[in-house]
Amino acid sequence: MASAAVDRPFGLLAELTYGCPLHCPYCSNPLDLAAYADELTTAEWLRVLAEARALGVLQLHLSGGEPLLRRDLTEIVRSASELGLYTNLITSALGLTPRRAGQLRAAGLDHVQISVQADEPALSDRLAGTPSFARKLAAARLVKELGWPLTLNVVLHRHNVDRVGRVLALAEELGADRIELAHTQYYGWALRNRAGLLPSRAQLESAEAVVRAARARLEGRMEVIYVLPDYHGRYPKPCMGGWGRRQLTVIPNGEVLPCPTAHTLPLPRASVREHSLAWIWECSPVFQRFRGTDWMPDPCRSCPRREVDFGGCRCQAFALTGDAARTDPVCHLSPDHGIVAAAVQAADEAAQSPAAVLTPRPNPSRRARPQSSGRAAHRA
Amino acid sequence: MPSTPHVQTGDGAARPHLARHVRLRFDPARQRHVLLTPEAVSVLNGTGAAILGLCDGTRTVSEIAAELHGRYARVDDDEVRLFLDRLAARRCLEVDQGEARRG
Repeated sequence: MASAAVDRPFGLLAELTYGCPLHCPYCSNPLDLAAYADELTTAEWLRVLAEARALGVLQLHLSGGEPLLRRDLTEIVRSASELGLYTNLITSALGLTPRRAGQLRAAGLDHVQISVQADEPALSDRLAGTPSFARKLAAARLVKELGWPLTLNVVLHRHNVDRVGRVLALAEELGADRIELAHTQYYGWALRNRAGLLPSRAQLESAEAVVRAARARLEGRMEVIYVLPDYHGRYPKPCMGGWGRRQLTVIPNGEVLPCPTAHTLPLPRASVREHSLAWIWECSPVFQRFRGTDWMPDPCRSCPRREVDFGGCRCQAFALTGDAARTDPVCHLSPDHGIVAAAVQAADEAAQSPAAVLTPRPNPSRRARPQSSGRAAHRA
Repeated sequence: MPSTPHVQTGDGAARPHLARHVRLRFDPARQRHVLLTPEAVSVLNGTGAAILGLCDGTRTVSEIAAELHGRYARVDDDEVRLFLDRLAARRCLEVDQGEARRG
């Protein structure tokens, strides 16, 4: 049970597999996808869910990769639902057939979020790296027919941000209850493709005006969530609401992380194959490392916002400076802010030039592991 | 961007109920009621949980307030209405006007 010093987590992000039929260049999955192919079994996931519920988790976000690639998804949803968890499926919708959707509905799935890459097939399919737009629309209609609330997820970047008005019109036509317009977060494949994805300031200003107008027009009918691009902000995002404070992530091979990209950090690993979720949450070095404010250097240490944004994102600090304990360089007070300012300036200048070539994320092979096999051979 | 909440619970005859994607549950780990939505968890105090427990689509806002008066010594009707309006603005509550829903 959680000690008084450590809050209980509210949400568990379950990244069931890194396999995915899409090849989006803005994907934040790891670059070394093959290293995570030894996926947890059904029995292991069910144990993790029960432990998460006992620890205080109330929301389960099922994601990946593409969670529908797991043939045991319905069983996982049923178990979560029986435990009283709010279940949220975050999907490309490829594989969401009427039969599969009906099974998930019956198993108690509460909410579905479907990604679309753009408002029209040619661009959406080009960004996804596979013909998928028509199937996504069919799945979105199916979600509505089955009586689920529908959220559309759209990741924004230089190639689709100018079309945000048309994306909103598509969401309206589909009868979406919510739309999340989230600017690309630069991790994994997205960081590798940053020069080709980061929008210019002029693009952002136009998009924000469109979103403001749409929000006013759609109020009471559709919730419009707009996640600002942190590269263009003055302060960093309060990543995960603070390290090891509200959320935890279990990745396909059973490692537990404070956020889905923390596998990039040089920290000791913690796995549900070796420890209980409660121990990992409360005591493991990876969760303790950046919890609270004691680890902070200046300017965070003396900043009045230290418990507002928690120093920003540790993974971004590490990716951009090589030191996970530095202030997130997107903060204008960071001594490393020049790194971000240079990228933003380059994006403004690149608006005039031909688009950079984007590297699509590959689809890794997955290892099917028999239910009966014991502890996995673990990654060093 | 903050938006002004619509007054959706109207004149007291409205019958609020939880939106279909919203769940009201008791959390044994925290010993509190919680309101669950796709992206948020709201931990409720006793009064909040009592109000939402009465939002069943059959009781009107006035009936909910009356029932609370029977349970608690001090109930501020305006606060009850504000609480419901805030949740309606967040689309956690839906409001039927007129006839009560069956079932």
